[in-house]
Amino acid sequence: MKLVKNALGRLVPIVVNGKKQIPFKGIGKYVPRGKKASPPISSCANYPNDGNKVVKNLKEALIKCGLKDGMTISTHHHLRNGDIVTNMLFDVIHSMGIKNIRWFPSASFPCHEHLIKYLEDGTIHHIEGSMNGPLGEFTSKGKMKGVGVLRSHGGRYQAVQDGEVHIDIAVIAAPTSDSFGNANGVHGKSACGGLGFALVDSQYADKVIIVTDNLVPFPCVPWQIQGNNVDYVVQVESLGDPSKIVSGTTEITRSPDRLLIAEYIAEFMNAAGIIKNGFSFQAGAGGTSLAFIPFLKEKMKAKGVKARFVRGGSTKYLVEMLEEGLTDFILDGQTFDLDGVRSMRDNSNHVMTSPFTSYNYHGKGNFASIVDAAILGATEVDINFNANVVTHSDGLLLHGIGGWQNCLFSKCTILAVPSFRDRIPVIVDEVTTLCGPGELIDVVITERGIAINPRRKDLLTAVKKSSLPIRSLKEIQKEVNEICGGKPSKPKVDKNKIVAIVKWVDGTVLDSIYKIA
Amino acid sequence: MVKTKTKVNPEIGMSGKRGEKVRSDCHIEIELTKRNGVIIELNSKVNTLYGEVIKDLILQVCSFFEIKNAKIKIEDSGALPFTLAARFEAAYKQINFDDNREFLLPFNRKNYYKTQKDRLRRSRLYLPGKEPKFFPNAGLHKPDGIILDLEDSVAPSEKLAARYLVRNALRSVDFYGAERMVRINQLPMGLEDLRFVVPHNVHVILIPKCESADTVKQVEEEINIIRAEKNFSSEIYFMPIIESAAGVLKAYEIATASDNVCALTIGLEDYTADIGVERTNDGKESFYARSAIITAAKAAGVQAIDSVFSDVDDFEGLRKSVIEAKSLGFEGKGCIHPRQIKVVHEAFAPTEKEIEKAKKIVVAFKEAEKKKLGVVSLGSKMVDAPVVKRAQKIIDLALMYNLLEKNWEEKLQ
Repeated sequence: MKLVKNALGRLVPIVVNGKKQIPFKGIGKYVPRGKKASPPISSCANYPNDGNKVVKNLKEALIKCGLKDGMTISTHHHLRNGDIVTNMLFDVIHSMGIKNIRWFPSASFPCHEHLIKYLEDGTIHHIEGSMNGPLGEFTSKGKMKGVGVLRSHGGRYQAVQDGEVHIDIAVIAAPTSDSFGNANGVHGKSACGGLGFALVDSQYADKVIIVTDNLVPFPCVPWQIQGNNVDYVVQVESLGDPSKIVSGTTEITRSPDRLLIAEYIAEFMNAAGIIKNGFSFQAGAGGTSLAFIPFLKEKMKAKGVKARFVRGGSTKYLVEMLEEGLTDFILDGQTFDLDGVRSMRDNSNHVMTSPFTSYNYHGKGNFASIVDAAILGATEVDINFNANVVTHSDGLLLHGIGGWQNCLFSKCTILAVPSFRDRIPVIVDEVTTLCGPGELIDVVITERGIAINPRRKDLLTAVKKSSLPIRSLKEIQKEVNEICGGKPSKPKVDKNKIVAIVKWVDGTVLDSIYKIA
Repeated sequence: MVKTKTKVNPEIGMSGKRGEKVRSDCHIEIELTKRNGVIIELNSKVNTLYGEVIKDLILQVCSFFEIKNAKIKIEDSGALPFTLAARFEAAYKQINFDDNREFLLPFNRKNYYKTQKDRLRRSRLYLPGKEPKFFPNAGLHKPDGIILDLEDSVAPSEKLAARYLVRNALRSVDFYGAERMVRINQLPMGLEDLRFVVPHNVHVILIPKCESADTVKQVEEEINIIRAEKNFSSEIYFMPIIESAAGVLKAYEIATASDNVCALTIGLEDYTADIGVERTNDGKESFYARSAIITAAKAAGVQAIDSVFSDVDDFEGLRKSVIEAKSLGFEGKGCIHPRQIKVVHEAFAPTEKEIEKAKKIVVAFKEAEKKKLGVVSLGSKMVDAPVVKRAQKIIDLALMYNLLEKNWEEKLQ
């Protein structure tokens, strides 16, 4: 595999899974040419006049879609760890004797460990999409036949739209659908909120199958997925385990150290002048991100200010902000709990978004750059503010990228991380895997202090007079290394075997992930 | 020195925690063998990052104790070096209880700071001595004091291991300027605890279930013996904990038992049990005891410190409780969760009314001094020395809390 150094000095392959790749050239440096991809023209003549696209089962739908060896099958992750549709789908594909599928999920979860046997027997050739837990570990050990490709949510949309990934068959699990294929995620026993991550699949795939456990008479409204893009509808008994579809664990952390970090985030945003009328922010569903919201609300109330919009991952905490009048809108990418689902269903100011509107880098702008502050996590950050979200310090691939890379374009990107986890320092000399260039990361907030990227002189000036513990990343790193007993050793990897690559939001290759030795 | 018999297993020593939920800790099993040298079986969450460093440390401890042949099994969930060393020593001492040598990690230079008898003691955070995962970040929450607890939070079976953990923590863990306290066990076991902690720059010893001056004196004598043996001179202060009706009655005697008593505190869980009532947030049942302790402490010229507030989710209740404690004369409160610290500090802050009054008194005192008047008066009222002292304390606190500008006196003119 031929490797070249990209603009950040990381060695990346120029051909992956037989396809030519462009090494990362720098932020904003790669300008795409050509036209967007397009799905084949369909004709109403080929679809039932009564609008009923329901077929007997998934197998029949796949046969009708012309499933063949080597095709690309996409799924989405709104059912999260409660998803049984994807597992069911590959059981059927396997039973049909099909091989070498490129699985193109928007993310995978530990429940998809079920698919490891299909990666082993050749049913699935490789995964392109966020790989969480067991599938990531499987990949790290060099067991996957092809090379994994990790993209952000926006990068996934970009890849399909630009024709980099052609989806042959998209399988969309929809908590509610009519027989025409209009579908949503806000009604039904498996309600999961928005279906935005499946939007690109429905628009660009050659064939689209809706799988639902709540078939309703036409029209299914709202139609987050439009039936006009759908080929077949399959009714099943259940899409999954509702208790794991909405996570139910999106509770504020009780860890005093994480709460301290959360408090620092709100105090920093206040000191930096970010909290003002009409501002916006995005915070994920992690314990620290959620914990920051009550501190933020306190400051907003004290100042008498209101946000114009907040970006979700929605949870009950964002819903409370909307219902208390502390924000005009929630722009929601995915919905993490039942309060979020209810709010999206009932409140017109709780708006479903998709990676096209929010994150797609090859569009005429996207929401990510409009957000005043994004609060994100990371597995590692290095002293140059580069960050990693996919591998652990031991080199093991365990997480996907999600919308993380896309959010780095916010006006103030804050990484909220503990300075060490157990005995694993989070601040390192050089990140194991580069997922986010340091020039886009403005602030790192740990329980041991707040480091501001020297590039952001404006932020450094703004907080100069505050009592916040502003320190350099090197200082924090030194202290943590003293606690942990020295600098950690680097992971032992096989430099001759790349198991996955990390794409930047523009489709270029940012870094390589190696097999664990 | 009093020795407590510990069950000894001559074959295998083990110490620590294992299992999926364990964090920042480890389990170590040592079997002394006759041949084949030291064989380490390491199963560590941080093997890639620190595997070799862990093995080096273990070999270093083995060499110190002259262990030449042993099978050592380590299940590590990211334990820091001070924990690994403590767990190893605790496991080893199970096999060789009579080996009095101590494996001491280098003393962290950041831990050389001292304390003062009248230091601010608004909050003191209890950390169970058996839970090393809580130690490294405790100081970040800025309590006035950190108490490494060897008493109630440590089960009898874990007492020995906790001593090594606490000793190592005192040497290695940075508590970021918090006063370094240890709550020893009830005597006589507490006297044995002292050997593990007093040579390592402990600032305050909390003496539980204190019912007489003699208890304090015994602790002081034992410290003096160790001080002479180990050749250190730093002052160690005492905070006796009154936890019984008998203790309440002897509060003044206890407070004056040694010049090194810096504060009296009350343990309300045990006190209410002793008098046979339930502890309430209202606290009527302990009003007399708390008042008696405050009175005894003030009469002895030491601080009076309140008990802990046990509902860690009820911050409003805690705030009210601190305001009440402050109004009674307490100067500090125990904390069992780091999130309580900020609330406690806020509630102990002087009020605007207190600051205004204090400003007037201090100014009047300075005026009187300038005029060389023997008497300070404020309006028609005479102000005596303790009142001035209290007013100055409020001014100092107000400055510390940023409630008063440094040049407040200039601004008055």
